[in-house]
Amino acid sequence: MKRWIAFWSILVKDMRAYYLKPPNISWGLIFPIAWTGMFFIRSGSGLESTLSILPGVMAVSILFGTTSMLAVTVTFEKKNRSFDRLLLAPIPLWLLMLAKTSGAILFGIVNAFIPVLLAAFLTDLSGIAWPLLLPAVVLIAVASTFLGLFIAVSVSEVFEAQTFSNFFRFPMIFLCGLFIPVASLPIYLQPLSYLLPLTYGVDILQGAIRGQNALAYPLSFGLLALSCIGLFLLSLRNIYRKWIV
Amino acid sequence: MTVSMKIGLPAASAAPIISVAGLTKRYGPVTAVDGISFQVERGELFGFLGPNGAGKTTTINILTGLAKPDAGTIRIDGLDCTRDPKAAQHLTGIVPDESNLYPELTGFDNLCFCAALYGMRKDERKHRARELLEVFGLAEAAGRKFAGYSKGMKRKLTIAAGLIHRPSILFLDEPTTGIDVASARQIRQMIQGLHGNSTTIFLTTHYIEEAERLCDRIAFIVNGRIVRVDSVPNLLEPLQSRHVLLLTIPGAGQQLAGQLAAAFPGYDIQAPAKDQLRLEAEAAIPLGRLVRFIEEHGMDATEARLLRPSLEDVFIQVTGLEASLMKKEKERSGGGGQ
Repeated sequence: MKRWIAFWSILVKDMRAYYLKPPNISWGLIFPIAWTGMFFIRSGSGLESTLSILPGVMAVSILFGTTSMLAVTVTFEKKNRSFDRLLLAPIPLWLLMLAKTSGAILFGIVNAFIPVLLAAFLTDLSGIAWPLLLPAVVLIAVASTFLGLFIAVSVSEVFEAQTFSNFFRFPMIFLCGLFIPVASLPIYLQPLSYLLPLTYGVDILQGAIRGQNALAYPLSFGLLALSCIGLFLLSLRNIYRKWIV
Repeated sequence: MTVSMKIGLPAASAAPIISVAGLTKRYGPVTAVDGISFQVERGELFGFLGPNGAGKTTTINILTGLAKPDAGTIRIDGLDCTRDPKAAQHLTGIVPDESNLYPELTGFDNLCFCAALYGMRKDERKHRARELLEVFGLAEAAGRKFAGYSKGMKRKLTIAAGLIHRPSILFLDEPTTGIDVASARQIRQMIQGLHGNSTTIFLTTHYIEEAERLCDRIAFIVNGRIVRVDSVPNLLEPLQSRHVLLLTIPGAGQQLAGQLAAAFPGYDIQAPAKDQLRLEAEAAIPLGRLVRFIEEHGMDATEARLLRPSLEDVFIQVTGLEASLMKKEKERSGGGGQ
């Protein structure tokens, strides 16, 4: 019980201190709207293209929302040594890092549904397979957050966190099938796409929203979940190796 | 200021509450902590005294689980913390050398958050936070953000955060470094109050006078090695038989020091500053003969002061380090402390 009091307090503190701050709320709103507008303009088509760009916009909103916030907040707390307070608390490291990442996961999930909310005004969403879409959004948010954690643990400065995040994020926009199907990519880039967890998340979204998934759902869900576990364990290992030296 | 709160009474036991053996920590080619061994008794105020870079903070980091030792064993209240550094974290409170609370939270919220990290329930943590804010004289600043606190207030709140869960052992890393004299004095009074409540305190400092005033026992650490551990009276004891006289003689210098040394064999005579001579001897120094000798050489002794042997003298004797090195560090770190 004591552990969960600590877990809840870390989550609430992060939500109040970072995620619910007006600049972040507005950023969480503006970013998905900007992406939506940009791809509408780029597609050159009308409202009928809403569903075709929705999976990509949702994925990019989650990816940028989670990685930006987590990589920066963790690096900032590590830099000013307040993170040491968490490491000194009598709670296991895995639970501590789950608490620390939960705020970013929730932020990513909320970000994902802003384009959905906008799309609801523009097109008919009755065809969406929600039982597929909801867990996919959660898993994409978890995977992206853990990618942000991996980045945060790999750097020591806030600006490095931002730069290193972009090293992963921008290629992922083009490689993970967000707006360009993986099958349309040059053959030599496709193996790289399938190494990135977001590819599997976007494929589930494509299936849930448009019925155009390339991979079987169990395979995508399984690989996405494995990626989450792998990134989290890798981050924990790096914390033990780099922060508790 | 009085520290009247109950800080958690240690269980009655004769076993040392902290037991360290052969602790070693290397960072690449540098050996930060070099095979140190010591024990801290329950309720003791144990000082770790040494210059910057001696290994004080590294030792605290290892004891609290923020760093891993390369060799050695650590037991805290009987728990093996060598393999499981988290085993004793519920027993310890840590005040790091930097005030590292959350700048965006208020003083009250910071304390409540720290209490929650130790699993304290909402009502309990609010009550405890108010109690500590009152004790540390921060009640009026409770609703202000930590970022807006002065250095002294930040230090006090950081100490309060270390005490929030009533730890049996409090690790204090350079608690008075870089703060103003008044705040440093208040913090020393708080430490004495905590010690009076049987809290075991592990204090690192490079202020020799602070360690002498507060600690029951002191370990001198230099270049990662403990060169001496003992109680303050025992450390001072060898120097108690020494008699040290500081004379102020306008115009005195090395020449007079040399003449005095020739006339008073067995005295250690130095000219530590302009117009000053320092005489040290095994037996009491006969002032009459000394003054007559000075007058015969055409000078006047305007002041004579008998110096009490200090821990600084012991430190210099034991470590071979110049007192000026510690003083320079004192200045570099922002004064305040004493």
